[in-house]
Amino acid sequence: MSDLRPSLDTPEVTAAEEVVATETDTAVRSRRRSPLGMAVRRFRRNKIAVAGGVFLLLILLLAVFAPVIAQQSPTAVDLGAIRRAPSGEHWLGTDASGRDVFARLVYAARVSLLVGVFAALLAVLLGTIVGAVSGLFGGWVDTVLMRTADMMLSFPSIVIIIVLAGILGPSIPILVVSIAITTWPTTARLVRGVTLAVREREYLHAARVAGASRGWMLRKHIVPAAMGQIVVVGTISVAAAILAEAVLSFLGLGVQPPQASWGNMLNDAQSLTVIQSMPWLWLPPGLAIAATVLAVNFVGDGLRDAVDPRQSGRS
Amino acid sequence: MVNETEPLLVVDDLAVEFRTDEGVVKAVDGAAFTVDRGEIVGVVGESGSGKSVTAMSILGLVKSGRRVRGAIRFRGRDLGTLPAKELRAIRGAEIAMIFQDPMTALNPVVSIGRQIVEALRLHDRKLSKAAARDRAIELLALVGMPDAAARFKQYPHEFSGGMRQRAMIAMAIANGPSLLIADEPTTALDVTIQAQVLDLLRIAQQETQAATLLITHDLGVVAELADRVVVMYAGRVVEQGDVTTVFTAPRHPYTVGLLESLPRLDRDVDELHPIPGSPPSLLTPPPGCPFHPRCPLARDRCRTERPELRVVGNGTTVHRTACHFAEELAALPTEVTR
Repeated sequence: MSDLRPSLDTPEVTAAEEVVATETDTAVRSRRRSPLGMAVRRFRRNKIAVAGGVFLLLILLLAVFAPVIAQQSPTAVDLGAIRRAPSGEHWLGTDASGRDVFARLVYAARVSLLVGVFAALLAVLLGTIVGAVSGLFGGWVDTVLMRTADMMLSFPSIVIIIVLAGILGPSIPILVVSIAITTWPTTARLVRGVTLAVREREYLHAARVAGASRGWMLRKHIVPAAMGQIVVVGTISVAAAILAEAVLSFLGLGVQPPQASWGNMLNDAQSLTVIQSMPWLWLPPGLAIAATVLAVNFVGDGLRDAVDPRQSGRS
Repeated sequence: MVNETEPLLVVDDLAVEFRTDEGVVKAVDGAAFTVDRGEIVGVVGESGSGKSVTAMSILGLVKSGRRVRGAIRFRGRDLGTLPAKELRAIRGAEIAMIFQDPMTALNPVVSIGRQIVEALRLHDRKLSKAAARDRAIELLALVGMPDAAARFKQYPHEFSGGMRQRAMIAMAIANGPSLLIADEPTTALDVTIQAQVLDLLRIAQQETQAATLLITHDLGVVAELADRVVVMYAGRVVEQGDVTTVFTAPRHPYTVGLLESLPRLDRDVDELHPIPGSPPSLLTPPPGCPFHPRCPLARDRCRTERPELRVVGNGTTVHRTACHFAEELAALPTEVTR
């Protein structure tokens, strides 16, 4: 038996062979050889991406444990302590209504991440379905879907979002939906491209011969083939969505006070006096937005290199 | 309604056309043959003779082509009139296919085992993952995969060409089909592996009792494996019959030409005789017999009247040919014997 094994086998594998039926072994081997395992290994070699990931994890923990970390309430108004400079009691000072800036910053992380992640997820989901259907069905279905995508891409997205928020009224769900509506075409085009490439592959023909329906081919071959790139686009979309949320909230069309978001915290910083003399009001949320978006983009770049090594070093 | 008296597969006067910029290509023009249960039928012919299009028509998967005439009946059901859903249920379960190039016909980023498991679960949604996995390992072992359980988790690139073809065959027989279509199953393989894969096809055939339609341009493969042979030329069946009969006493000049152009190890042949000329354009097929421009026996009747497939000889098996002058061939002392 053992002489039949390829010579490159390590003792570790041979040992694993004995417990070949157990799940543990499956995990060990698949991590060694599967495309996913290889991508994870490549990602971990990218130090900047890993640093970005660690930073995001910290922000996430901050958001999740906001009530523990922030001693003050983010909405408690104290008119006797307006625009106070940072002190032992208020680590980052207070805002125009006497609310604790640190507490607001921490709670705002929840809103920003939530909006960013959900808007990106929705956009990617919509884009994947549209792109795959478009590529697989072709013909007039493809034409209609792709021209719709082109139309969405040719509008300035911020204008669409402002109009939507204006008509439907500003709220977090509307914010998520309107960001998703303007960003799905990017994913759709990408997935359509992958679908067109995979559609002509012999193994898809083989699947058709084996009796697979279009739905089956989408689930088992096309979406998995595009998954790497979908994850990358999804990550970059999170960064874009966080930015969009900040912009809209800054303009007063997104998250409404008294609920805090990084964008509407900046809203308070519109006057020159605040900018010049009260940096604790705008510097923390500004830095939070910049650092988070940068970290997300680092992770996205790392993922792209991990998923498709041929593209590394390009960007 | 399953008709048990009719052969498993009946291809009846099949004609498939492709519309191209230069005109209508008659890829298949009146092909007719049958396949019985458990029988291995070889379909031979040059590139462009319509053999692959015929195979794809059986599965109802001719891309951009159009069936203009004829019927394909499988177990008495006309595959051309079945709704898409029923056709899908037949594909892969009752009619399975083995591809020419196992490298491209397998998904490179999915493990071999999972691909077989999915082929199983595609047609049996109730099959549990564990049961499908056991069955897949069993199938891999059946096709002679050493250390099947470990191979189960490997990816196509970790397999040699022969091993990949084994995996393809395992996948094809996974659902116990009653008809296997093998499209040039050995063409992409090394000569040494070809023999193994042929053995394997024989084993797979015996194991599943599936009838096999062996599409190839390799007469040696047909002689090795098939019970009956169908010779196609320019989209038509020109000769069919028992392999021994057709190869020892061919009754169509094209078959004679094919056999004479074949190098052989078992006999001292001074010279090979290729068939003069080249296959006709399917855009403008010649009138009458499609083979007449290249045929040494051609005369006026061949240029005008299309020969129909008719029974010749008085052997125990049915031997058909589409040649007006088949009897003259019988009179010639043919050199080609097995």
